[in-house]
Amino acid sequence: MKVYMDNSATTRMLSEVVEAMQPHFTEKYGNPSSLHYMGIEAERAVDESRAKLAECINAEPYEIIFTGSATEANNLAIVGACHAGRKKIITSEIEHSSVGKVIRNMERRGFETVFIGVDEEGFVDLKELEKKVDGNTALVSIIHANHEIGTIQNLEAIGKMCKEKEVLFHSDASQSFTKVPIDVKKFGVDLLTLNSHKIHGPKGVGALYVRKEVKLEKQVHGGMQERNWRAGTENVAGMVGFAKAAEIGVREMKRNVAKMQKLRNALVEGLLRIENAQLNGPESDDKRLCNIANITFNYVEGEALLMRLSEQGICVSTGSACSSKSLQPSHVLKALGLKHEQAHGSLRFSLSKFNSSEEVNYVIKMVEKEVAELRKLSAYAPGKKAGYYEEREQAFE
Amino acid sequence: MRRGSRHLNSDDVMALKYTKKVMDHFLHPRNMGELKDADVEATDGSPACGDMMTIGLKIDPKTHKILDVKFKSYGCASNIATASVITEMVKGRTLEEAKKIKWNAAAEELDGLPPVKMHCSVLAAKTLMDAIRKYEKMHGLLEGGEEELSAENIRLELRNIINPEMGIDIVRLKMVKGISVKKGVVKIRISMGNTDRVYEDSIREEIEEHVKAMRGVKRVEVGFST
Ligand SMILES: Cc1ncc(COP(=O)(O)O)c(C=O)c1O
Repeated sequence: MKVYMDNSATTRMLSEVVEAMQPHFTEKYGNPSSLHYMGIEAERAVDESRAKLAECINAEPYEIIFTGSATEANNLAIVGACHAGRKKIITSEIEHSSVGKVIRNMERRGFETVFIGVDEEGFVDLKELEKKVDGNTALVSIIHANHEIGTIQNLEAIGKMCKEKEVLFHSDASQSFTKVPIDVKKFGVDLLTLNSHKIHGPKGVGALYVRKEVKLEKQVHGGMQERNWRAGTENVAGMVGFAKAAEIGVREMKRNVAKMQKLRNALVEGLLRIENAQLNGPESDDKRLCNIANITFNYVEGEALLMRLSEQGICVSTGSACSSKSLQPSHVLKALGLKHEQAHGSLRFSLSKFNSSEEVNYVIKMVEKEVAELRKLSAYAPGKKAGYYEEREQAFE
Repeated sequence: MRRGSRHLNSDDVMALKYTKKVMDHFLHPRNMGELKDADVEATDGSPACGDMMTIGLKIDPKTHKILDVKFKSYGCASNIATASVITEMVKGRTLEEAKKIKWNAAAEELDGLPPVKMHCSVLAAKTLMDAIRKYEKMHGLLEGGEEELSAENIRLELRNIINPEMGIDIVRLKMVKGISVKKGVVKIRISMGNTDRVYEDSIREEIEEHVKAMRGVKRVEVGFST
């Protein structure tokens, strides 16, 4: 059985999305900047996509800038917003690397950075945040829903505080879009990142909402595209696909969320029946995304488990897909207070509307089997601390 | 920038995809389990570092041939596969022969490993060496007594530390800029060159772990420069 449960990494495109994109490859392939009818046709497709996407988050069309990825949108938001003399940037300890690393890098340009900690459920300490925001703060950037554990932050509260203190507020909504209603006015955000390929849209396109009064510094120079905010010939098909996926995702949100919630809870219930397994992140449905379950299987190394599940046809992640190449345990799980060995033994299961309860049952069965196998072979076992073996060796000598 | 060493398939390296041989040894590990009547056993690594393993050896007291070997591992695919292949390689060999088999020979036997995973492979080889050394000590097989702590010995030990970005050891990469030993305090100066600074901590931890385990070392100080 083949089961894809890595939808926080990327998703399968909807067939409606593929269909909507198709004409823009072979028939309507004009450059939106061209003056002829082919150019006008392409420009119209871009405009329509922009309007559709804006509507999904209660924004105006001219407040949307299409980018090449959510990563680029995050870079533009952070680097672009920090130009007006203020020298402090505040963020959380559980950001995606496309925010966290960009902000770290701003230290080299003379910015002071503050990384606010989180509680064991992954919620940003709002009191601490408020204390740090001052007249020298250029930007506050807090992820909406976390990509590893699903915690949904209270953007409204942060937005209100930032407005009172007259500080710009950015949020990365890559994972929450189409799973949590997004209203930029209600949230009080100045900048908001959206991701296409996490919502059954195409890769190679992202978007940044920029509230109309906000002045960004342009980062990609060249042509006058995106109302002179971002140069480069538009990815017309990508924008059309992104908007289509957003439109369908928002329309079907209620139904899809209910389905994913139910499957995810059944999955968690089954997996937690395995001995020495624990859920990371919030338990209750209203505090986290409907589709993510991050679980530590103690005494098992996460990558080994992932590779064995892959052999059984199951796709999941250890922590964040992007960070599974590095040696360090996930910074998100460490921020929750997990010990290194707990972080090393964690897997992220992330569902979509395409998953079924048969798949959930299959995954539970296979995880149970592979965890048992690995534990049988493991040099690290319950009740035997690291020192156990050395003591035994000394007794032997 | 150079990435990966000669025997590595660069496509596999960049994508962190394992070779067929690695997958075979990982999914069907040879010599895995506990050796009930082991003559010697060694454990290395720790759960906090993400890998830990135990190797047991049964050795013929006359010929010093390795009659049987078994391992247990809490580690990634690369660690399990290396342990599997290296135990296969040393079975039936004498201790002298086995000591010559280093981690890179095992990695080569596996048709290469991703650079970032080389250190998992080193752990497997090191645990085996520890078991052999321990047996030799127990049976008075060490010639010329204990080795003295010297910059040269430390440099040899540092050959086991892999730059995770390149998959090559830090001595060969000429990253070791100075070693001093004074009354058990070892100071090591490392130049990161073009290597991403995010690897500094893991390189420091590895150096400390390896050098601290050497006889006569009281403290290890690792300094970095670019
Ligand atoms: C929260 C979050 N932000 C940003 C990104 C970056 O997306 P992309 O790689 O498509 O630019 C991701 C994807 O991993 C994400 O999960």
